[in-house]
Amino acid sequence: MIPAAFEYVRADSADAALAALAEHGDDAKLLAGGMSLIPLMKLRLATPTVLVDVARLTDLSYVRDAGDHVAIGALTRHRDLETSALLAEACPALRGVAAEVGDNQVRHRGTLGGSVAHGDPASDLPAALLALDATFVVRGPGGERTVAAEHFFQGFLETALAPDELLTEIRVPKATGGWNYQKFNRRAQDWAIVGALVVNNGSTRVALVNMAGTPLRARSVEEALAGGASVADAAALAAEGTDAPADLNASPEYREHLARVLVRRALEAAGA
Amino acid sequence: MQVSTTVNGVAQSHDVEPRTLLVQYLREACGLTGTKVGCDTSSCGACTVLLDGESVKSCTMFAVQADGGAVTTIEGLAPSDTELHPVQQAFHEKHGLQCGFCTPGMVMAAVSFLEENPNPTEREVRLGLEGNLCRCTGYHNIVQAVLEAAGKMGGGR
Ligand SMILES: Cc1cc2nc3c(=O)[nH]c(=O)nc-3n(C[C@H](O)[C@H](O)[C@H](O)COP(=O)(O)OP(=O)(O)OC[C@H]3O[C@@H](n4cnc5c(N)ncnc54)[C@H](O)[C@@H]3O)c2cc1C
Ligand code: FES
Ligand code: FES
Repeated sequence: MIPAAFEYVRADSADAALAALAEHGDDAKLLAGGMSLIPLMKLRLATPTVLVDVARLTDLSYVRDAGDHVAIGALTRHRDLETSALLAEACPALRGVAAEVGDNQVRHRGTLGGSVAHGDPASDLPAALLALDATFVVRGPGGERTVAAEHFFQGFLETALAPDELLTEIRVPKATGGWNYQKFNRRAQDWAIVGALVVNNGSTRVALVNMAGTPLRARSVEEALAGGASVADAAALAAEGTDAPADLNASPEYREHLARVLVRRALEAAGA
Repeated sequence: MQVSTTVNGVAQSHDVEPRTLLVQYLREACGLTGTKVGCDTSSCGACTVLLDGESVKSCTMFAVQADGGAVTTIEGLAPSDTELHPVQQAFHEKHGLQCGFCTPGMVMAAVSFLEENPNPTEREVRLGLEGNLCRCTGYHNIVQAVLEAAGKMGGGR
């Protein structure tokens, strides 16, 4: 399948990328790893007329110790997260979740920023960043702003990013406590039918993949645990406040069942 | 657009549309038809090649993204006309193929995987090849072949 024709612009700096977006407006799209955008273009579900390739902005590819948090460049590939010694120590949950994305080939190309900007509720990393209380650094024509993860994911494939903005950095508070990610799928390499991530860092945070139009925190579970509920009783609340989609893999009812089971397993494995 | 790459050590430069996929560039512009298109939807891995040493699905990349890079395809693996690469040899010896359609991609994915993990367990081999589908073999002999190659290449348990 061949995508619709487009003009290709290779950005050699973040400023050049922003200038190209400003010049071409809504017709332009950023291209990072292409692991979400190119499949959509091949199906002609996306038909941008200008692609601004930012994959070579190597100055936006890094994992750095920034004191209380880890600063990650938006163009950092899943593979670089998976193999980062710093993440393994300072935020093992994020390293572990990155290793669960797709397959080796996908992780060699796909980037953290692309996964975040794409805003797919079935993606693993956005839910992880929600559980970890990450902050996103965004640059646009008006300068730089930061957005907290809880305000970033706004709907199905919809985020707080404007079409003329570039996500540059993801700031992840260090979290060295126990964690566990339960990703349920029927085929290797696939997206989660439902995923549940538990991170213990002072309190216990629980995030759900593919249980609504956005990644979600399972607040009822978190509150029950904070109030002293048992793991079993807390996990029974995992489907509260969700809006599970129906597709060929699962009905909403089945997803709700999976959420309760996976949250319980993740809580037990994380030692909550 | 002019897209210049090194493919299997040979300089290639071709004027292609930006929407040209890397796999089309390799098969149609460079004339290297060893790389296959199976699903065309990023799932099966038949189109796997190495870009700067790492496995990628060439149906899910534009040729322009590989501009300036070094590509290795199945044609570029064997050290000579009479010798196979250890991974190819192991697929031959362990009967890691039947129809052979998935094989170029499977071998390239295995080469990249062994580069990253020279001493894998069986489970790691299975996970390392999760992006590659085979409709014939049931995978068992493919996994045996990769473990055998790991041993021959210096890793191996
Ligand atoms: C076979 C396959 C299996 C997969 N399995 C999984 C899986 O199991 N779990 C999972 O989570 N994901 C999965 N993915 C998706 C993968 O994680 C993608 O890498 C990721 O979603 C997108 O990152 P990218 O860099 O490839 O972005 P691209 O595809 O290049 O871009 C995606 C979107 O983000 C925008 N964008 C990219 N970078 C920026 C930026 N810095 N600032 C602003 N906007 C930006 C683009 O304009 C585009 O709209 C899979 C993909 C494939 C092909
Ligand atoms: S043809 Fe590229 S993944 Fe199937
Ligand atoms: S040998 Fe036929 S698809 Fe793998």
